[in-house]
Amino acid sequence: MADFVHTIGQQTWRFDSLKTLMAKATPARSGDYLAGVAASSDVERVAAQMALANVPLIHFLNEALIPYETDEVTRLIMDTHDAAAFAPVRHLTVGDFRNWLLSDAADEASLRALAPGLTPEMVAAVSKIMRVQDLILVAQKARVVTCFRNTLGLRGRLSTRLQPNHPTDDPAGIAASILDGLLYGNGDAVIGINPATDSTSGICELLKMLDAVIQRYEIPTQSCVLTHVTTSIEAIERGVPLDLVFQSIAGTQAANESFGISLELLQQGYEAGLSLKRGSVGENLMYFETGQGSALSANAHHGVDQQTCEARAYAVARQFKPLLVNTVVGFIGPEYLYNGKQIIRAGLEDHFCGKLLGVPMGCDICYTNHAEADQDDMDTLLTLLGTAGINFIMGIPGSDDVMLNYQTTSFHDALYARQTLGLRAAPEFEAWLEKMDILRLDNGRFRLGDALPPPFRQALAQLS
Amino acid sequence: MAKPDKSAAQADPWLKLRRLTPARIALGRAGTSLPTAAQLDFQFAHAQARDAVHLAFDHAALRERLKQKGHDSLVLHSAAADRNVYLQRPDLGRRLNAESAQRLHEYAAAHVGGVDVVFVIADGLSALAVHRHALPFLERLDEQASQDGWSRAPVVLVEQARVAIGDEIGEILGARMVVMLIGERPGLSSPDSLGLYFTYAPRVGLTDAYRNCISNVRLEGLSYGLAAHKLLYLMREACRRQLSGVKLKDEADVPMLNMNDTEPTPGNFLTAF
Repeated sequence: MADFVHTIGQQTWRFDSLKTLMAKATPARSGDYLAGVAASSDVERVAAQMALANVPLIHFLNEALIPYETDEVTRLIMDTHDAAAFAPVRHLTVGDFRNWLLSDAADEASLRALAPGLTPEMVAAVSKIMRVQDLILVAQKARVVTCFRNTLGLRGRLSTRLQPNHPTDDPAGIAASILDGLLYGNGDAVIGINPATDSTSGICELLKMLDAVIQRYEIPTQSCVLTHVTTSIEAIERGVPLDLVFQSIAGTQAANESFGISLELLQQGYEAGLSLKRGSVGENLMYFETGQGSALSANAHHGVDQQTCEARAYAVARQFKPLLVNTVVGFIGPEYLYNGKQIIRAGLEDHFCGKLLGVPMGCDICYTNHAEADQDDMDTLLTLLGTAGINFIMGIPGSDDVMLNYQTTSFHDALYARQTLGLRAAPEFEAWLEKMDILRLDNGRFRLGDALPPPFRQALAQLS
Repeated sequence: MAKPDKSAAQADPWLKLRRLTPARIALGRAGTSLPTAAQLDFQFAHAQARDAVHLAFDHAALRERLKQKGHDSLVLHSAAADRNVYLQRPDLGRRLNAESAQRLHEYAAAHVGGVDVVFVIADGLSALAVHRHALPFLERLDEQASQDGWSRAPVVLVEQARVAIGDEIGEILGARMVVMLIGERPGLSSPDSLGLYFTYAPRVGLTDAYRNCISNVRLEGLSYGLAAHKLLYLMREACRRQLSGVKLKDEADVPMLNMNDTEPTPGNFLTAF
């Protein structure tokens, strides 16, 4: 392992490994203090950032933060690294790389070509010496477009996951939230339920229900029940109509083991999903969720800072050509991201790192009631991520998830982002919204229809 | 000429779906944004939850009420000095501070022989939950447990505590069982939810796999009587099988009337015609 030394005037800082250097260079957050890897002072942090800026990118291919021999995520990162794609930046240091990303040399095409040549550690490193505006400006240049039953991630578009959770999975309650969301123009990324149940038959019933709704109203979107990959495989074997295969993933083998998964199991899930051939526009069908702190909370972080662990999860994700990757940024709680400031920065870092690695990033812009955060913080992050070109956000009735007990963005919030940033829904879904007279663009403003669309009027009429 | 509309807010024509879910649906809109009333309702709910997280644990009042009921008690403090530390350092909330550990050791040295059960009341993430529900719950439990004849340590009240601190307390006191009553993380519409955690043969270092949890004890959630019934089932089974946690599945013969007496829901009405 290398020693990294940085001297400013009379003072010299020494960092005994790349892992230590990365951790100390990370902007302050509670999870890194909890893990005992954070810088001990603001000055030490900036010294580490200066030392990190001098590290050649090529060094990241020679010093693994987590040993190759014992971690399959490290092996995946190293074994799939594309040296030819890396060529345009291989001579750069981390600091030079930041300059390059901000320059005209980095545009949508060059960033797309570069993605397979970047490792999560390189991308995490450069993010640590970037300000919020850098994270937005560079991410905004990149696009990651994916398709299943519609086209997600196009420039000028913002999609939403309609999240119709219910505390007991009651079908009527779920249907009510679905209708509410659709009538507010949400649901193009996916209609995705976090189930209260973990029984396979209960999951299968929910899958059938979502499929029936999508077919009945010919909605150009996809469904998902966010359950363990083994349960999705089981549902597929039972012949249940399943669109997207879900799994929570993390950036180390040990953390993934704590989720009960491996790369091999994810591959099985991916292939099971592909076997159904349910995508009409494309074949991206994995839906992954991640979040800073997950490796630490599983005591599986190997002394690596939580933001770098998170970026490594995107290397896992990109192996399986996902439709959606969602960083659930404020869900984990204040011991990992303490307040609005930390949550906002983390959301922008995750989006930036994911996009540079070629992953279709979305963000669950969220917080819990014991975090020092509120709706204003979420509005800020939503506005920033909308500007940065995020692929999708969550949409939930009134920001209140009554199943998972946390707050995320609402159906109304998505319309706020559309109005202020001029962002449209996925094209296929947008056409459906217009056809149904739900939402249309009118003189540069999005307008919701005043009346219930006739097909939904019928559905409501049968309820006394 | 049309009269000027008093409110630019517009109701949603699917208001009647509200009865189907506790989710905040059909909130209406002002333009495409949240109308004022819905916006302030949300802020109120969040403020309630925030206040619950930061409300100080009034252990003196609780101690007084316990005394009136004939229960001795001890007041201890975790290693998390204040709420800010507590929120960022869950590891410190799981251990007693040095002074509390010493006091508890002194108590144990003066009362050798151990006990069957120690009840620990901890603020957790909602002192409000503890203030409201801890005593009435214990009373219901006492009524139902009168036949069990378990010996009991004084009730231990702990500030800035997380669930696992009960294991340290139980171990020091030589308790066969520890029952932790702790404030749960407040939800937007549940600022006062009490959680019950039970461990057989508590000792420092146990993981969640060794605990059983009964969640959501509050007026709108799980009733005191039902929670006491479930807990006693777990305690009696644990004594019989000498274990707790995932191996001790909660098969309490619980009357289900509270779950099923609501009117049947109409199912997925979107495709039911």
